[in-house]
Amino acid sequence: MASTCQPAGSRHCHFFSTRRGKALSEECLRLDRVAIGELAEVSLDVAPGEIVCLSGASGSGKSRLLRAVADLEPHGGEAWLGERAQSSLPGHVWRRCVMLVPAESHWWEETVGEHFPQEPEASELEALGLAPDALAWQVGRLSTGEKQRLGLLRAVSREPGALLLDEPTANLDDATSECVEAWLKARIHERGWPTLWVAHDRGQIARVAGRHRRIANGRLEEVDAAWT
Amino acid sequence: MDVIELSWWQLALAAMMVVLLAACTVVMRLGMGRSLLVAALRTVIQLALVGLVLEALFAAERLVWVVLMALAMLLVAGREVMARQKRRLLGGWAFGIGTLSMFLSSFTVAVLTLTVVIGPEPWYRPQYAIPLLGMLLGNTMTGVALALDRLTDTAWRQRGVIENRLMLGEPWQVAIGGIRREAMRSGLMPMINAMAAAGVVSLPGMMTGQILAGTAPALAVKYQILIMFAITLGTGFGTLAAVSMGSRRLFDGRERLRLDRLAAPQG
Repeated sequence: MASTCQPAGSRHCHFFSTRRGKALSEECLRLDRVAIGELAEVSLDVAPGEIVCLSGASGSGKSRLLRAVADLEPHGGEAWLGERAQSSLPGHVWRRCVMLVPAESHWWEETVGEHFPQEPEASELEALGLAPDALAWQVGRLSTGEKQRLGLLRAVSREPGALLLDEPTANLDDATSECVEAWLKARIHERGWPTLWVAHDRGQIARVAGRHRRIANGRLEEVDAAWT
Repeated sequence: MDVIELSWWQLALAAMMVVLLAACTVVMRLGMGRSLLVAALRTVIQLALVGLVLEALFAAERLVWVVLMALAMLLVAGREVMARQKRRLLGGWAFGIGTLSMFLSSFTVAVLTLTVVIGPEPWYRPQYAIPLLGMLLGNTMTGVALALDRLTDTAWRQRGVIENRLMLGEPWQVAIGGIRREAMRSGLMPMINAMAAAGVVSLPGMMTGQILAGTAPALAVKYQILIMFAITLGTGFGTLAAVSMGSRRLFDGRERLRLDRLAAPQG
C-alpha cells in the first residue's frame, strides 16, 4: 500500500518523535458545518489528544456523523485535519488519516494476523485482555467482543492522525470495557490523536471525555455538568 | 456431396411429434402443454423471420446492412445482459456497461477473425460475418451477464467488509479486489469448461452443422477450434472490461461505496 499517513507526514503532517519512537500528532480535527441526513451544520474543533464524546438517542445520527467525517457518505460541509481539507485529499488518503472504527468490525482474510500491516506488540494484546496467540486465530471463531477489541487494535496499529470511535466498548463486559477504555485513553494522549468517541454510558463519558456533546433535534448540544 | 433438401411437410412431421409430446404432458398434468406449444411456435416464427432477413442480407451483400444487423444483435444482447442481473446498476449503466463491453470485445474479435484469419472476399461477407458475430455475442452475453450479476450481488452482500476496508484507508480497488476477481472468474468459467469438454462430452453445434452440410470433418474441426478461441477471447475480454467498468461505478469520486446506485431485486 503506497499511501499512508506517515510518509506524507514528513511533508504535510506535523509529527514529532517521542521517547518511544512513535509519532506525535499536533493537528486539530475541525468540523466545519458538516451536514448529513437530519443533522444540520455541525461545527466542532477537537484539539490534539482531546476526546470529545458524542451521545444521543439511537437514530439521532451519531454514526452517520462519524461516517460523514470519514467521508464514507455524501454530505455537506468540510472537515479539516490540521491544514488539510477532506476534499483536497483522495478519499482513501483522508480515511487513512482520519480513521473510523465501527462498532461491528469485519474480517475478510483467514486469520486475524493477516489484517495487520505489522504485528502489534504482545503487550498491546495483553492490555486489551487478549491471548498472546490471538493473531493466529481463525477469524471464524472470533466472538463479537474479540472482534471489537481486535478491530480497535487493527485501526490503531495503522497509525492514523485522528480517531473516530463508534461505541468502542458496545460488546464488552464492564471489566473488559474499562481495560479497553484505559488503553485507548493512554494511546490517544500518547500520540496526540484528536478523537470523536460515540458513547452511551454516562460513567464511561465521565471517565474519558474532555468534552461532551449530545445530538438532539438534529443539532449538537453542549453538555458540561457531568465531568466538572 | 449436397445437403438433402428439407421440405415443409417433412418439418410438419416433426411438428406433429411435438404436438404429441404436448398432449402427453397435458394428460400427465404437468401444466406445460401450453408453454411447450408456444415456445415451439416461437421457434418457427423467429427462425423463419431470421431466415428471410439472412436471405435478403446474403443477396444484398452490402456493408451497411451487415453493420445494421450487427448493431441490432448487439442491442438485443445488451438488453438481455441487463435483464439477467438481480441488482443492476441504475440509470442505464447496466445496459451501457454490458453493451459497451460486448461491443469492444465481440466486434473487435469478429473483425480480426474475419480480416486476419479467415479472410473472405469481401471481409464482411454476411455468410461468415453474421454467424460468427452471433456465436460471439451469444457467449459473451452469458459471460458478461454472469460476471456483472456476481459483482453487484457480492458487493451488496459484503458491503460491511468493503466499507470496513475503506475505513482502514484502503483504495477502492483494493477494498473490492477480491470480489472483482471472483466476478471475473465466474464470467470466464463457462468458456473454460466448454473448451475442456469440447468433443468429448458434447459435439459443438457449429461443427455438427458443418458436417451435416457435407464439410469434411477435418475442416469442420479447424473451424470449430477457431470459433472456440474467438469466443473465449470475446468472452474473456468482454468480462474483464465489464467488471472493471462495473466495479468503478460502484464507487464515486471520493471512493465511497455507493450501493444506492444498484436497483433493488424484483420479486
